[in-house]
Amino acid sequence: MIYREAGDFKTSYRKDSQTFPLKFDRVAYFVLLAVAFLVIPFIINDYWANAVLVPFLIYAIAALGLNILTGYAGQVSLGTGGFMAVGAYSCYKLMTGIDIFGVEFPPLNIFLSVIVSGGITAVVGVLFGLPSLRIKGFYLAVATLAAQFFLVWLFNKWGWAYNHSASGQINAPERSVFGIIVTGPETAAWAKYLFCLVFVFFVAWIARNLTRGAAGRKWMAIRDMDIAAEIIGVNPLLAKLSAFAVSSFFVGIAGALFFSVYLGAVEVGEAFGIQKSFLVLFMVIIGGLGSIFGSFAGAAFMVLLPVLLKNVLVGALGWPTDLAAHLELVIVGGLIIAFLVVEPHGIAQLWRLAKEKLRLWPFPH
Amino acid sequence: MSLDTTDSYVTEDGRTIGGVVMEMKNITLRFGGVVAIKDISFDIREGEIRAIIGPNGAGKSSMLNVISGFYHPQEGEVWFHGRKRPSMKPYQVAAQGIARTFQNIALFDGMSVLDNIMTGRLTMMKSNMLQQAIWFGRAEREENQHREQVEKVIDFLEIQAIRKTPVGRLPYGLKKRVELARALAAEPKLLLLDEPMAGMNVEEKEDMSRFILDVNDEFGTTIALIEHDMGVVMDLSDRVVVMDYGKKIGDGTPDEVRNNQDVIDAYLGVAHD
Ligand SMILES: Nc1ncnc2c1ncn2[C@@H]1O[C@H](COP(=O)(O)OP(=O)(O)OP(=O)(O)O)[C@@H](O)[C@H]1O
Ligand SMILES: [Mg+2]
Repeated sequence: MIYREAGDFKTSYRKDSQTFPLKFDRVAYFVLLAVAFLVIPFIINDYWANAVLVPFLIYAIAALGLNILTGYAGQVSLGTGGFMAVGAYSCYKLMTGIDIFGVEFPPLNIFLSVIVSGGITAVVGVLFGLPSLRIKGFYLAVATLAAQFFLVWLFNKWGWAYNHSASGQINAPERSVFGIIVTGPETAAWAKYLFCLVFVFFVAWIARNLTRGAAGRKWMAIRDMDIAAEIIGVNPLLAKLSAFAVSSFFVGIAGALFFSVYLGAVEVGEAFGIQKSFLVLFMVIIGGLGSIFGSFAGAAFMVLLPVLLKNVLVGALGWPTDLAAHLELVIVGGLIIAFLVVEPHGIAQLWRLAKEKLRLWPFPH
Repeated sequence: MSLDTTDSYVTEDGRTIGGVVMEMKNITLRFGGVVAIKDISFDIREGEIRAIIGPNGAGKSSMLNVISGFYHPQEGEVWFHGRKRPSMKPYQVAAQGIARTFQNIALFDGMSVLDNIMTGRLTMMKSNMLQQAIWFGRAEREENQHREQVEKVIDFLEIQAIRKTPVGRLPYGLKKRVELARALAAEPKLLLLDEPMAGMNVEEKEDMSRFILDVNDEFGTTIALIEHDMGVVMDLSDRVVVMDYGKKIGDGTPDEVRNNQDVIDAYLGVAHD
């Protein structure tokens, strides 16, 4: 009985509603935080940052965003890539300085640029969320798909958005926070990692707080039975649009980081196409709909799988790269179907079940 | 019209029934060609248990849906607390202190029993999104205050043991009870119950009857309930409205209704043959 609940009594409602009610989990959480903030920055190298950790952190933010909308509020979205693009292009404009009808805004600090990009994406998300008041499920998915294609098209055509660069690409100039370079080609691996980690920490914290309180209950009520939700006093308009706003805020931050810190240069169709929408959706499904932990698990899984397959199949077994890539698609496709059919709550639920087993271990009952 | 308390009276069992809190005036509700409610008027007095009975398809649930603001009648007026109620959305009606349960259980299946009941207090939670995002401070205080009230409801309905259970896993009878808990958590002035005992065994019905009486007695909650079990209706209610094919065919105390020939023909006769 390594993992136990017994003897862990709650003496107040505050303690009962905390994030990690069990002492064991709480300790594990703080150890994880300490390692993430105090150990990894010192041992990280370029390969680990670029292939694993930075994309994992950024996708975790995007997955948290989509999970709020789809997992908690039950509104399906296939527009994640498009909303990430809004975050990316907002960030580009903010960090390079904007000229609106002759009024010049100087380049904004990169940290603020990322946050404001999230805010702009939230506004765009609410606009594209308006149809959700009338349409549901499959039809809403199609509407968000339209948003996806429209946004990619827009950032391809709208010269102002990419400062009329000849290539149509956007490139992140060098920017620093407290004298530490966090964007541009000179950025150190640990700086990229730490910059993203700070955002992940706050986004996860906000997501957790919102989902355990009144907002989360409104979203879940709308998700589970919208008619009953309205009759007990939930305003469906506000509940749905607030989910779109919070979700898009997170997704916008992810897009801004993906462009400025991770890729450095972006061509919209390539970086934020429909594949991106599906990738994040798969993370949420495999990780677990309606779970904060699941968003992390799904992001980790989808980032690690190709790295692992590449190392094992191509590196160790000498398979051709394209065959390994195809196998990856087959595995992901199979897993999506398996999870949707057998375990809609994803890895998060498997983890919960494993903990229930652990609680009894080594006794079978 | 002001709240009419002049003719308030005390029942045999010592409860005070006040003036009219809700008045339905000449309500007509149509769905295309189907007339679900035909020119019905009745009132609900403060503190009473008001039953609505009638055969299947009589329009009883539709009437509760009109009160909830879920259906909007083509004709007629709804008066609440002496004021004509404008056309309202269901969530606005909820904010006025009207809560309900449903004929087909309408719980939030993906949430725990506790979270389901906590949703009953959503209209009272005032912290904004930003305060909730930060959590510490107002949002947390509010959460704990409401949790305390919800725990009282949980104790009252004797469902302590299933607090953390996902509602999807509960048996039917307990689901009905959790739904009542969610409605009670809202501390409603008017509680609407649509067949709270349908599909229950005798023991469960007795429990539920006791809870309904206790709610009415201890909190003074006004209750309107739809029920098919005549024994239960006769035992619980102060006054009964009888509907048939969308029309009102009787209105009065259980005894009056029982002896009304129209009612016997339309309803009781069928039920007892
Ligand atoms: N949303 C709707 N659309 C169309 N017709 C409806 C709708 N709701 C109710 N009706 C019709 O209105 C009539 C009254 O239905 P209602 O559900 O109010 O009956 P009820 O008295 O509650 O019956 P029961 O005892 O079976 O619950 C029925 O003929 C029903 O088919
Ligand atoms: Mg009915």
